[in-house]
Amino acid sequence: MSSPDQEPPPTSGPDWATIQDSAEFVELRKRLRGFVFPMTVAFLVWYLLYVLLSDYAHDFMSTKVVGNINIGLIFGLLQFVSTFLITSLYVRHANRKLDPVAEKIREDIEGDQQ
Amino acid sequence: MVLAQSVEGSNPWLNMGIFALFVVVTLFIVFRASRTSKTAVDYYAAGHSFTGAQNGIAISGDYLSAASFLGIAGAIALNGYDGFLYSIGFLVAWLIALLLVAELLRNTGKYTMGDVLAFRMRQRPVRAAAATSTLVVSFFYLLAQMAGAGGLVALLLGIDSTAGQALVIAVVGAIMIVYVIIGGMRGTTWVQIIKATLLIIGAFAMTVWVLGKYGFNLSSLLGDAVAKVGEGGQRLLDPGGQYGLTGTTKLDFVSLALALVLGTAGLPHILMRFYTVPTAKEARKSVVWAIWLIGIFYLFTLVLGYGAGALVGPETIANAPGGPNSAAPLLAYALGGTVLLGIIAAVAFATILAVVAGLTITASASFAHDIYANVIKKGAADDKAAEVRVARITALVIGAVAIVGGIVANGQNIAFLVALAFAVAASANLPTILYSLFWKRFNTQGALWSIYGGLIICIVLIVFSPAVSGGKTPMISGVDFHWFPLSNPGIVSIPAAFLLGYLGTILSKDRDDAKYAEMEVRSLTGAHAEKAVNH
Repeated sequence: MSSPDQEPPPTSGPDWATIQDSAEFVELRKRLRGFVFPMTVAFLVWYLLYVLLSDYAHDFMSTKVVGNINIGLIFGLLQFVSTFLITSLYVRHANRKLDPVAEKIREDIEGDQQ
Repeated sequence: MVLAQSVEGSNPWLNMGIFALFVVVTLFIVFRASRTSKTAVDYYAAGHSFTGAQNGIAISGDYLSAASFLGIAGAIALNGYDGFLYSIGFLVAWLIALLLVAELLRNTGKYTMGDVLAFRMRQRPVRAAAATSTLVVSFFYLLAQMAGAGGLVALLLGIDSTAGQALVIAVVGAIMIVYVIIGGMRGTTWVQIIKATLLIIGAFAMTVWVLGKYGFNLSSLLGDAVAKVGEGGQRLLDPGGQYGLTGTTKLDFVSLALALVLGTAGLPHILMRFYTVPTAKEARKSVVWAIWLIGIFYLFTLVLGYGAGALVGPETIANAPGGPNSAAPLLAYALGGTVLLGIIAAVAFATILAVVAGLTITASASFAHDIYANVIKKGAADDKAAEVRVARITALVIGAVAIVGGIVANGQNIAFLVALAFAVAASANLPTILYSLFWKRFNTQGALWSIYGGLIICIVLIVFSPAVSGGKTPMISGVDFHWFPLSNPGIVSIPAAFLLGYLGTILSKDRDDAKYAEMEVRSLTGAHAEKAVNH
């Protein structure tokens, strides 16, 4: 068993650099980063937009839409909706696009060792 | 004097009785869990054997502190919309944990945040730094919870003497120490699961009850909350009630919002929970569960806050013992009388107890695993039993410090302490975690600069902020040595920590591409990740 708190690493470990350069792994990294980086930027921008509007655009956010429900409340509730939505999208992406590739690479690595 | 009485309608004996029942049930479970908690992996990570769903519920238990239950409901009742802004930051923050941190952390670490940060660095300095920031964040968070316990005692049990409150804080601390020392991570996790279930069911029942009174029409609930205030009540629905006063308070709010959204994924007691599951996929499931539960809970607090405003009234709440924190208990009394109040009071106590236990086990694990085993014993301590013994002793010490600190800090500004913990987590921990996981070039010097730099800048700015001296409700009154205008340092300290991590890295020639290859492959695929332990 290898563990991060024991140095040096196991002598007969897998060749990590070769695996890192393999087409399969490069594809896995692309699929992960291609999803999580743009998505992180998107939700942070959307969150900051909401914070700045609540902070500096009081009149706009106070505009009534239906009954006592104003734009600020709707935008706030939309933050919940977008959070739930991104969560579900990521789970779908991970299940379909990430897990199968990661599993295959993992089995190759751990299979070699036994 | 209003201080000499608890919330009207409260029956202290009933409240204590229900709470005692919770303690007895959880202690029983903790003792049972201790039978299978023998080794280090059991004590630190519950044998990596909880399911994603169980861990997700436990995470929401760890995260939904008394500050978010009583505090946010009270903030909405008194300040309206601006209270709601808090909960949105607390929720959106979870996307960072989901997308960038949870799975990769589970794949590359074993017990603590230090495992991941030190993965490809020089072990001793980086682990010492990781443990330092873990202890600082946990300490401030712990202090906030314990100080909150004092106020809650006054509110719910009618104990107004300082000595009486100190006694209750000591009892709460002692029970918590028993949970942690005997039950380890497995016992603590079960306490979180039970507490989270009670809290969410209780909030759900009250939410439905409140909405039922208004024909499930949110608009008429809001209208009633406004009408209850009378003139100027409209401010409850509009943003700016709390933070919109001046340019400085507006900027302070942006700073707070940044710390909230970036702090969560750097809280050590949250990160440590990802090790209690067997795989990265289960870690992902945990976060998904946590996001749904926490999100739904915050929607409940929106209704509870405005419900308390409409049914109890902001004036009554502000004048009650405990001020804003009394909103949810008073609403419970208005709805279901003494019994519901007793249940909600007990749940609030259970909340403090469970959160404090989670923090203590994290701090003790970091000390024993990072400092004792890897810095003092240089990683050569194969004697895992000794390491766990150190962890238990540390838990005892931290528990004692928390009791004393809680008694001293009783009555302090709790929101300030919690915001401080989030700001330190966002400044010292998150930049280092992200660089570590995603930046090939990152090295030991970069890690040390971002951890210590973020930590020091954050604390210095806090010490010289209006929250400590010279503000409206400062920690130290009578003197004024503040020069930093904001109470929340995040807007300065978070970018500064990212910058320091970058500069520290490129100003050192040190780089280890081979170790990064191992870390990246392992983090993305889960190869050689720590496996679950079967009993």
